[in-house]
Amino acid sequence: MPNDNRTITFAEAICEATDFCLNEDPSVYLIGLGVSDPGAIFGTTRGLYQRYGDERIVEMPTSESALTGVAIGSAVLGQRPIMTHQRVEFSLFAFENIINTAAKMRYTTNGKLSVPIVIRLIVGRGWGQGPCHAQSLESVFGHIPGLNVVMPTTAHDAKGMLISAVKDDDPTIFIEHRWLHSTTGHVPKDGYEVPLDQTRTVSTGDDITIVASSLMTLEAMLVAQVLGEVEIGVDLIDLRSVRPLDMSQIHISVAKTGRLLCVDSGWTTYGVGGEIIARLAESGSDIFRTPPRRMGMADYPSPSTRALISEYYPFPDQILAQCLEVLQLPASQNDAAKSAMEELQKNRRVDVPNADFSGPF
Amino acid sequence: MTARKEFLLSLYRKMLLIRLVEEAIADRYHEQEMRCPVHLSIGQEGAASGACQHLLATDVVSSAHRSHAHYLAKGGSVRAMLAELYGKAAGCAGGRGGSMHLLDLDAGVLPCLPIIGTSISTGVGAAFSFKQRKQNSVSMIFMGDAAVEEGIFHEAANFSSIKSLPVVFVCENNFYSVCTPLEVRQPQRPITELAQAHELHTAHADGNDGLAVQAIAKDAIDLARNGEGPSFLLLDTYRMREHCGPMFDQETGYRTDEEYNEWLEKCPIMRHFSILKNEINWTTVDDKAFCQAIRDEIDAAFNFAINAPFPAQETAGLHVYAK
Repeated sequence: MPNDNRTITFAEAICEATDFCLNEDPSVYLIGLGVSDPGAIFGTTRGLYQRYGDERIVEMPTSESALTGVAIGSAVLGQRPIMTHQRVEFSLFAFENIINTAAKMRYTTNGKLSVPIVIRLIVGRGWGQGPCHAQSLESVFGHIPGLNVVMPTTAHDAKGMLISAVKDDDPTIFIEHRWLHSTTGHVPKDGYEVPLDQTRTVSTGDDITIVASSLMTLEAMLVAQVLGEVEIGVDLIDLRSVRPLDMSQIHISVAKTGRLLCVDSGWTTYGVGGEIIARLAESGSDIFRTPPRRMGMADYPSPSTRALISEYYPFPDQILAQCLEVLQLPASQNDAAKSAMEELQKNRRVDVPNADFSGPF
Repeated sequence: MTARKEFLLSLYRKMLLIRLVEEAIADRYHEQEMRCPVHLSIGQEGAASGACQHLLATDVVSSAHRSHAHYLAKGGSVRAMLAELYGKAAGCAGGRGGSMHLLDLDAGVLPCLPIIGTSISTGVGAAFSFKQRKQNSVSMIFMGDAAVEEGIFHEAANFSSIKSLPVVFVCENNFYSVCTPLEVRQPQRPITELAQAHELHTAHADGNDGLAVQAIAKDAIDLARNGEGPSFLLLDTYRMREHCGPMFDQETGYRTDEEYNEWLEKCPIMRHFSILKNEINWTTVDDKAFCQAIRDEIDAAFNFAINAPFPAQETAGLHVYAK
């Protein structure tokens, strides 16, 4: 396509996908607190209210629980709602409806009804957001049969996967990391679909496999870059979907490298990395050349002060350190990789997505 | 048959069908073949029947765990309901839901959802879809007195009000949440005041008087259909059997004999029978034949359900996802 090399932000890609779906299908509507406000959900809904009006772009009262039920009830009768919460945590009031109603509707009606709803949940991080505005709960949602749970990394996938999620007949939890909204990528102008059930191979190499998702994929890309500089090849796999979990490329990759590091966006206990490692272990005892590793948020709530978060998230230097422990390289190679990472990260501040960011959220 | 007689008998038929189905379930429950919890509606037939009397086939109802009466009053299939209780493939949910997940889409019974308050929100969602899709249908939502204790009721009522949705909330107050009485759960104020705070139209009736119920329900349905917004109907009634199961539970002592006997006197079926006697000279001979026809239908449905095949084990994992 001639417009394939156009560059836009992740947030703009979400907005384009929503616009595409609204324009294509009159049963699609967008509902959320702030969808028509000046902030426009971090720019992801900008201009849609002006284009589609209040029947399609629905401001909602601060009633996450009932409004999730309202969206589900409308979806059962033919509507295709996109519900948006500015933080993952706001959806916790709606767990009853998400788990008992949306996820089970098709099953408990013996296939007669489905709930084609998309629930966009935004993961916060940094600038002191603290314990209740910075949780990545994909493994909690991923536990529930009947839900799709996706977390795209790139602007391209954000647009294509949101369109796929809206067209899909099952409920989809669509997790967006707040720090991805300002990232850019090549995004075709036209509508297109990206499957909800396939990993994406970011880089290929023979020495170690890293499986990451969402923002952690970007952090792992820096690690792959640094390891590449010392001639170590990384198979970096962007998970994209937590449920269903596509093991095919992961299995092929680990069979090749024998070494695995999973970098979760959430906590490691009962987390996505644990599930991946378990499935590989079940497939055969000899797949791992070295014991598999997993990383994620530290096993406590996310503290507000920046003084306490330098070990909370998997930062690239820590991801690299895990890789080096697994790889057991000669000292010179080891030190060269560490120095390269230090150089790459020297201006980084722990609590902002990029140098331009000046708060508040 | 005069229109009045036809009307009175159609209301009576609904009530009797519910009573006789529920009694038949209670009678056969000991056989241990209906192996799912049952929340019987015996005593509450007037409320369900009156509320549904003026609904159209294109209107929908939603309910929760005690849904048999609502399902039957809206015209849900008796065979599919009983097959569901027996866990059979021909059940309305293929045996996957049991008594608490009834549905009949042809009759306008949306899937009943057993957690208190949930189906209030999805029922409002049905009304929201009617408004968005410009369909002139009404969404009636059955709930109990306990449901107003859930935050989701207030959220749903608020949304239905600001969007002026075609909703009729029907609150059957049977004075107990399981065995916990209303007065220890809520302050002494009319439940309708909660609905008025959300600017819903409200009305209150004796829920065991089917005629009184259908009258206020008709007004509420008309308001909803004419775009004049949601209503909340409060209907006082009483559950005669135990909270869950086929038995009477007087010996457990959470309600007095005096209270129980008072409600026994207010039986909605007996009450409607006397109206028929006075208004259309209905006799016990008429009644016997009328009941027998319903019993025959129920017996046939039981035979169907008992003889229907179970779903195959290999189907247990189907229908989790569309593809």
